[in-house]
Amino acid sequence: MKDLFTRAWKKSKGFILQSGALFSIAAFVFSLIVSAAIMLLSGFDPLQGYSALLSGAFGSWDNVATTLGTATPLIFAGLSVSIGKRAGFFNIGVEGQLLSGALAAAVAGAYLKGLPAFIHIPLCFAIAWIVGGLIGVLSVKLKQFMKVSELIITVMLNYVITYLVDILVSEFFLNPGYVVRTPDIQASAALAPLVPLSRLNTGIFVALAGTVLLYWIYRRTRFGYEILAVGLNRRAAETGGIAVNTKVSIAMFISGGLAAMGGAVESMGVHGYYIANMVSGYGYDGLTIAIMGGGNPIGCVMASVIFGALRAGSSNMNRTTNIPGEFITILQALVILFVSAPLLIRYFKDKLTRTKSSGSEAA
Amino acid sequence: MNVVEMRGICKSFGLVNANVDVDLDIAKGEILSLLGENGAGKTTLMNVLYGLLEPDAGTIWINGRQERILSPLTATALGISMVHQHFMLVNTLTVAENVVLGYEPRKGAFFDRARAFEEVGRLSEEYGLRVDPHAEVSTLPVGMKQRVEILKALYRKSDILILDEPTAVLTPGEADDLFEVLRQFKQSGKAIILITHKLKETMQAADRITILRQGRVVRTMPRVEADVDQLAEMMVGRRIVFSIGRKEMPKGLPVLMSIRHATLKREGVAKLKDINIDVHGGEILGIAGVDGNGQTELAEVLTGLQRLNEGAIYINGAPVKAPTPAKMLELKVGHIPEDRTTRGVIRNFSVSQNLILGYQRSARFSGRLQLKKRAVDAFAKNTAEKFDIRCGSIDDPLSSLSGGNQQKVVIGRVMSEDPRIVIAAQPTRGVDIGAVEYIHERIVELRDAGKAILLISADLDEVIKLADRISVIYDGRIVSDDEAKNYDERRLGALMTGQADESRREADR
Repeated sequence: MKDLFTRAWKKSKGFILQSGALFSIAAFVFSLIVSAAIMLLSGFDPLQGYSALLSGAFGSWDNVATTLGTATPLIFAGLSVSIGKRAGFFNIGVEGQLLSGALAAAVAGAYLKGLPAFIHIPLCFAIAWIVGGLIGVLSVKLKQFMKVSELIITVMLNYVITYLVDILVSEFFLNPGYVVRTPDIQASAALAPLVPLSRLNTGIFVALAGTVLLYWIYRRTRFGYEILAVGLNRRAAETGGIAVNTKVSIAMFISGGLAAMGGAVESMGVHGYYIANMVSGYGYDGLTIAIMGGGNPIGCVMASVIFGALRAGSSNMNRTTNIPGEFITILQALVILFVSAPLLIRYFKDKLTRTKSSGSEAA
Repeated sequence: MNVVEMRGICKSFGLVNANVDVDLDIAKGEILSLLGENGAGKTTLMNVLYGLLEPDAGTIWINGRQERILSPLTATALGISMVHQHFMLVNTLTVAENVVLGYEPRKGAFFDRARAFEEVGRLSEEYGLRVDPHAEVSTLPVGMKQRVEILKALYRKSDILILDEPTAVLTPGEADDLFEVLRQFKQSGKAIILITHKLKETMQAADRITILRQGRVVRTMPRVEADVDQLAEMMVGRRIVFSIGRKEMPKGLPVLMSIRHATLKREGVAKLKDINIDVHGGEILGIAGVDGNGQTELAEVLTGLQRLNEGAIYINGAPVKAPTPAKMLELKVGHIPEDRTTRGVIRNFSVSQNLILGYQRSARFSGRLQLKKRAVDAFAKNTAEKFDIRCGSIDDPLSSLSGGNQQKVVIGRVMSEDPRIVIAAQPTRGVDIGAVEYIHERIVELRDAGKAILLISADLDEVIKLADRISVIYDGRIVSDDEAKNYDERRLGALMTGQADESRREADR
C-alpha cells in the first residue's frame, strides 16, 4: 500500500511540483485551518460547519449537480483571467464581460425566433462572445492610447457595463411584469439540464471544451508561445518580431469572449432570462480561481469546482448550522492571501525539495 | 596590519559550492583585486564579508578581532561598505539626501537638511568626487550615481570598501577617474576590494591580486609579479588567445546595408542627426562611442524597433518601407541586442524557447497554428551543442544559465538563421573572458563568410580588435569614419569625447 503510494508520488511529483498544484492545495488547506481557528474563536464548531459544507456540496446527486452547475460559469471566468494574465494583461474586467455576455445571450435567445436549436444556441454563444471579446479589446486599446493602468480601466469598465446593462434591460428588453428582467428565451436557445431542476446543464461541456482549447493554445500553438513571450518580457518579444499590441488584443478578445460565455451559460442554462445580479461576483471569483489554478486551464477547472462547492455548500451550512455564510467569504479571502504569498510558498517548496533530495541521497 | 582576514570560508548553495576554504587578507592602504570569472564565487565571498550571507564554515577577523557579521548593519558598524553593481539609490531624492539616508544629521527631532548638504559637499570636495549635492539622483548619469554610492560609504566612515564590478557601467574616461579616486582612498589609509573579471583594470589599479576559480583561491600574488596572459590562464583554467586570426577579404564587396540621412527625434530631442553609414559584405564596421551618444537608437532603428523621422534604410540597395522588427528579421538582419536581459532573452522561457525567439514564424518551426515541437527540440539540441551552450537540458529555464551562456543562446540563435547582416550591440557585455573569446571568434567567422556586421560597442579594445573599419559616434553624429588601422586608442578616445580630430586636421594641412 505504502509502496503504491510512493510510486504514484514519484510518477506525479514532477507534474505536481512544476504546475504548482501542490502549493495551491497547500494554500487551500491552510485557509481551511485558519478559518477553523476563526470559527472556534467566534464560538462555532468548525467540524460541524465543514461537515455541513461538505454535505451541502457533495452530499447527494442534487448537491453535486449544484456544485458543478455553479462551477460552470466560474470555469469560464478563471480561463478568462488566465489567458489575459498569460499575455501580461491583468483582466479585472471579467465581471463586466460576464455580465455583458449574460445579457447578450439572453437577448439573442429571446428575440431571435424560429431558428432550430443547433443554430440558435451557437448563434447566442457567438453574439455573447463577440460582445465580451470587444469589451476585452476595448480595455487593451484604452490602455494603449490613454496609457492608464489596465487595473483602473477594467475596474472602471465594470461599473460602466453594470449600469449600461441595467439601462438596456429596463429601457429596451424589459419583460412585462413586476420583476426587472428580460423575456424568457426561446426553447431553441435553452441549454438542457443534465440533472432535472438543477443548475447543472450542458453548458459545462462547453466550459470543458474551452478548457481544452486553452490548453491546446498554451501548449502547442505559436500564438500561445507568442503571448507568453509578450507576458513574460514585452520588450524581448517586440525584438523578436512579435506584434505585441495585436497579440494582446487577440488574447483579450479570447479572454473577454470566454468571460461572456460564462454569462451566456447562466442565461441560457440556469435562468432562461437575464435578471440583475444573477452573475454578480463570478468575475471576481475568476481572479482567485486563475491564481489558484496557477494559470493552468486544468488547474482552473479544479479550482472552479472547489469554489462551486464552497458556494453550493455555504447555503447548506447557513441552513443547518448557526454559522454565518460569511465564513465562506473569509475562507476565499484566505485562499487568495495564501496563494499569493510567494515567500510562504517558497519556504515550503525549499523544504519539500530539500527533504526529497536528502531522502534520495540516503537511499 | 591586516584590516580584514577571512579564513577557511566555505559556502554552498544546494549542490553548488560557491566558496571552498577561501582565505583572503587585505591590509590598510591597499587595493586588492578579487579576480575571477562570473560564477567563480567573488560576489558570494563579498556578500559573506558584508553580512548578506552567513558562511557555512570559516572565520572573519576585522582589525584583529574575530567578528560574526550577521547583517549589513553589523558590517557598516565595523566600517565595511559595499558598492553594488546595481545601485541602491532613491531616484527621487537629492544626492545629499541619498548619501545620508539612514544616518541623517539631526537638529533636535528633525532632519537637518542644511547640514546634510554641507557635509556631503565637503566630503565630495575632500576626495575629489565631484557631484552636486543638490542634484536629484534620477537626473544623474551612471558614473555620477556610482560616485553617490561611494560617497555613501565615505559618509558612513567606512575604512573597508568593497566595489562589485565598478567599471561595468562606466566609460573608459569615467573608469580612469574612478581609479584616481581609489588611489586617493588608498593614500588616506582605506582598504579597497575590487571585484572584477577585467584583467586590464586589475593590472591598472591593484596592489595585490587574489584569483578565484570555481569557488577556490587559485593564487594570491602582488601585481608586480603578474602578467595578463598568466592571470587569464589562472582565471579560466586554460590558455586564452587574445589576438584573432582573420581572412584577408577581397576589396569591393557589395554594400549590404546602408542608412542615409537618418534623423531620429524623441520627445523633441534629436538622438540621431543625419547619419550615413554603409556596411559592406565581409566587413565588420565598428561603431565606437561613449554610451548614450545614439548607439542604442542606431541599433533600434536598424532592427525596426524605432522608426526614423527622416532618412531611410537600404538593404541590398533597396529602401525598406515601414520597417518593423518582423520585417527586418525577414530581410535576414540578425540582431544581438545591447541589453540581453531586457531585449535579448526571456528569462522564464526555456533554452529552446529562447533559441527560436524571432524565428518562430519560419516554416521550419511552425505550421499554420502549431509549433513543430520536434523540429524545435532537434534544432535547440543541435544549436546548444554547436555553440557550446552549457545547460543541463534545453528545457531548463534560461535564468539557470550563466551570463556568458545566455549570450551564446542569443548568438547561436542569430547565427543559425544564416543572416546576411548582423547588428551586434555590446555582444560581450557582462560575459566571461572565455565566452568573450568564443563570441569574438564567431563574429569574425561571420565576417569571413561574407556577411556584413555592424559592431556597436562601448568597449574600445573590442572595437579595435574586431573592426575592419571604425566610425565614431558622438552626440548623435558620425564624427569620423576610417580604416581601423588608422586609429589608435588616443585618437579614438579624443573623438569619442567630442574633441576635434587631430590627425585629420594635420592631414588637411
